[in-house]
Parts: sequence; C-alpha cells; structure tokens
Amino acid sequence: MTDVAIDARALTRTFGTFTAVDRITFAVRTGEVFGFLGANGAGKTTAIRMLTGLLQPSGGTATVAGHDVYKESEAIKRRIGYMSQRFSLYEDLSPRENIRLYGGIYDLSLKEIRQRADGMLSRLDMGSAADRAVRELPLGWRQKLALSVALLHRPAIVFLDEPTSGVDPVTRRQFWELIYETARAGTTVLVTTHYMDEAEYCDRISIMVDGRIGALGTPAELKQEFGVPSIDEVFVRLARPGQEPRKDPVPVKTGATTVSDGEAR
Amino acid sequence: MSSSVTADNVVKAFGANTALDRVSFEVRAGELFGFIGPDGGGKTTLFRILVTLMTPDSGRATVLGLDVVRDMWAIRQRVGYMPGRFSLYPDLSVEENLRFFAAVFDTTVEASYAQIAPIYEQLAPFKDRRAAALSGGMKQKLALCCALVHRPEMLLLDEPTTGVDAVSRREFWDLLARLREGGLTIVVSTPYMDEADRCDRVALIQRGRLLAVDAPAAVARAFDRPLIGIRSSRRYDALLTLRRFPHVRSVFPFGEVLHYTDQRADVPASLLVDELREFLRKDGIDAAEVVRIEPTVEDAFIARMGEPESPATAPLRGTRPTNAVGQDPQRGPADEETGAR
Repeated sequence: MTDVAIDARALTRTFGTFTAVDRITFAVRTGEVFGFLGANGAGKTTAIRMLTGLLQPSGGTATVAGHDVYKESEAIKRRIGYMSQRFSLYEDLSPRENIRLYGGIYDLSLKEIRQRADGMLSRLDMGSAADRAVRELPLGWRQKLALSVALLHRPAIVFLDEPTSGVDPVTRRQFWELIYETARAGTTVLVTTHYMDEAEYCDRISIMVDGRIGALGTPAELKQEFGVPSIDEVFVRLARPGQEPRKDPVPVKTGATTVSDGEAR
Repeated sequence: MSSSVTADNVVKAFGANTALDRVSFEVRAGELFGFIGPDGGGKTTLFRILVTLMTPDSGRATVLGLDVVRDMWAIRQRVGYMPGRFSLYPDLSVEENLRFFAAVFDTTVEASYAQIAPIYEQLAPFKDRRAAALSGGMKQKLALCCALVHRPEMLLLDEPTTGVDAVSRREFWDLLARLREGGLTIVVSTPYMDEADRCDRVALIQRGRLLAVDAPAAVARAFDRPLIGIRSSRRYDALLTLRRFPHVRSVFPFGEVLHYTDQRADVPASLLVDELREFLRKDGIDAAEVVRIEPTVEDAFIARMGEPESPATAPLRGTRPTNAVGQDPQRGPADEETGAR
C-alpha cells in the first residue's frame, strides 16, 4: 500500500457547458483526516462521486487506494467505505441485519460477518437494541452505527458526507472521536461538514470554490495565510471574495447584489 | 409590548413518544427568538402547533393573541411559515413560485414588494430559473421570500439554515436581522449552536423539553463552574489523557481547543489550570496553552442536556410512555406534508 490514499491531478467534470469540477489537484495521505469543504454547489459532491467510482471524470487523472478511477472503479468500490447523513442504513432492518447485509455485499464469509458484528455491537454498547429496527435508534447512534458499518469490510478509505448533521453536541463530539480512532487504525478519512468548528478537527482541509480548490492546508496554515482567527472566516473570504466577515447586518444595496453567479447552481 | 407567542404547558405525543413535554415560553413582539437543539428535540412539532397544522394534546398556545386551535384560520392569514423541508414547487421558476404564493393569499408580488425587496434583490438574477436548480442557500432565500409575500406580522422559520453552507447561513441571518429591524417578530429554529448569538433570546430544546430560555449571553454565563480550554498540538492524546484525570467531569473537543470541566464545582480556576498542566506533562504532553475560557451556548447546552440517549440505556420508541421522544416525531404522522405547504 502506498502512503497516498487519494491522488487527484487536474481532475475535471463537465455537464454540458457547465464545469462542475475544474482541474482539481490534491493528494490525501494514508491515515489522514481530510476535510473536504466548500459552499453548496461548489462541486464537492461531483468530486466525491468521481473519487468513489460512481461518475466518470471528463478529464485529468485520479487514483484512489492505488486504483485508477477510469478503469478500476469496481476495485475502488471494494476498497472504500461510504457514509452519508441519510440512506446509509436500512431503517426497517436491525443493526445486526444491516451488518449482515453489508457483509454479504462485500463478500465477507458468514464467520467473518458474525465475528465482526459481535465485536462492533458490543463496542457500540448496543445491548438489546442490536435486534430492533434501526429506525428506533436515536439519531446519534444510527450515525455511529452507520460509520461502523461503512468500516465493516476494512476499507482503505472512508468517505463521510455530512455525518454529524443535526446530531446533538455531545454525540457530535463522540462521533469525531470515532473518526480519530478510525484514522489511528490506519483508515484514511475524507469528511464533508457544514460545522466550521469540525474543520478544525481535520489534519488538513481543502475548500472548494466554483469547482476549483480555493485553499488547501492544515487549519492553522489556512488561518495564518488568510490572517483570520477561524476557519469560518477563511471560508467567508474564499466563498465571497471582497466581502469582509461580519456579524452585524448591513443593508443590501439595490442593484449591487452580493450573490455570486456560482451560488445558484 | 405584548406577547407574540405564548405557550402554556403544551404537550404533544405520537403514540408512546412524547414529542413535547409541558412546554411553556413566551415570545415578545419584535423579538428574534430561536429554538436551538438537535434533531428529534421537538422543534418541528412545536412549529406545526404554532402554525395550526397540528393541535396540542393538552396545554394552550396563542399566536398574535389568537388561540392556535380555535382561531386557526385567522392565524394562517397573519403568519408566514417556512417548513423545515424545501416546500416550494421545484418545476416552477423563482418568480412563478413567488407569484403562486402571493395569489394563494390573494395579493400580488408588486403589492408586497417593499417587504420582500431585500431578499428579492438577491434572487432577481435567477428569477427565471427553476426552483429545483437553485443552490441550498438560494432555495432558502426563495422560501423566505414566499413566506413573506402576504405581508405577515410574524415569521416562523423551521430550520431554515440546516444543510446550508456556512457563508449562506450568515447571509440568511443577516436577512433575518434586517427583517427584525423592520419590526417583524421572528421565531426560528436551528441545530447549529453557533447561530444562537444571532437571536435576542433563545430556548434550548432537547427531547421535548426546554432546558433554558434566556438571552444567549445569559444562557452561556449560567455555568456553575470554571471552563478550562486546552490547546495542544497533540489534541487527541491530550483528550485521552484528560479523560483519565481523577476529577474530570467532561472533556470535549471544540474545534482546535479542548473544553474541560471538573467535578469539583468550587475548585479555583487557577489551581485547576496548574493541576491539568501538570497532569498532561506527566503523560508527556506539553500543552501549549491551558487557560480559563468563557463558555459558549454550546457548552451550556452540553452541561444541561445530561447524557445523550444510548440504545442500551435510553427508552426506545414505543417502549415507554414518557421521555421516549425517539428521533423524529416529525417523520411520523405528519410525513404526508412533504412537498406541500
């Protein structure tokens, strides 16, 4: 295994005349927690779909876990895990049944599935909830379970798409501890979030703006580069150039709209 | 001035799940009032009761002095409501959506222009675009515009910034601040604790109960012991070490800083700082910084919320009569509302 988990070079995707992802180049190191940030419509989802083998790029190159995104998308799918805010688990199935289903999808033996399920359910302290429908679990626990299930087949890289949205503040922090544990165990983590404090938990972050990578570095480096005290303000500087971060309302002037064209995608 | 909203012991249950458990509060006229809390707390159920889409099981609530059960038709004319899910017509353009909602309320976009102008000006460049093709932030601005088009006396906005990026969220709150300056009463809910500071007063809500109702600064201040911030380049190691400190009550990562509270409420902060620094050092972690810090609304929320629900210990949905809010009552009986207003 190489020490580069994701290596994207000039990766591009167009839809008709619209360039959703515009020659992005970045690398994610093995075992890194990499924050993949950007405004709504900046191109994050399109980029993630290419990196997870779900969408063919229009140009550029990328390897994920050493596999080429053009020719080896099936191999990529076996080597990655994916979890989103929604739809990661079947809500009518119990945690144990979900684990069995995903284990089967990833071709694990029945013995492996049973062993990993038992370990996972006891680590998560599921108790009798292991055999009740997932729908009955508190949201935070569903999310922790979803992360564990995404890691069931021991992927090299796990993609987490807004995993903590709407979760209570304590569970949100516990979830991040799970992310740290995951990375410590050697799995690379690529995570998107709208909580700017969570950006600070990442080893490095990239911020996409209008299909391009507008900034890339450790949180500390980016704050220094932009001369601001928080990632929130780095984000504002990038997404709305020319507009100072502010707390107080300022009147919206007639004709001088503050909305950039990219906003409405 | 008078109250725009009153709630007196409002209770709502879905089967065995108590979504709202004796909720009482008051929103003053002209206030920007926020309900802050995670999913499943009861925010959406409460909003639906206030906008007369649902009736309480017991207790009483008024909006603009009108009873939410008896006076439902009058309330609907006088409030603007933005549901938590995107609820506009995706196949209609920005302008068509706006004209549609104006027509439903027997008015026109032109007649209401003064009220919607600050928002409409931001939407104008995209007025011919289908609503489905807007970004998250722009969709929310359009929904706000549609909620304002009949010139309501009060706005109720259910999670207008959820899933919206940080910059669009700021812009949305700037718009709310402008509307409030114009005299509009606004009740808004959000799961983002950092948005509490944009409100005049907030109610922290979790599992159907209000944990606190006050100005955001007062909510944050009501913290009964020192809060210590620890900054270290080895944050995760520092976290694991502090978890083993004999007197630890809680330690959580808050962005780049760890927030620590002690079991001993009366220990002086300066002593605590020294103890923690020494404890970290013994474990080979030279913390760059250990200092007393001011609590945020999120710290206050964590301190008040108690243990998060766990599947092993918390009552599951449908298994106990009380406190079993489960995740989202809004996903229950009211689900048919998706896509409609």
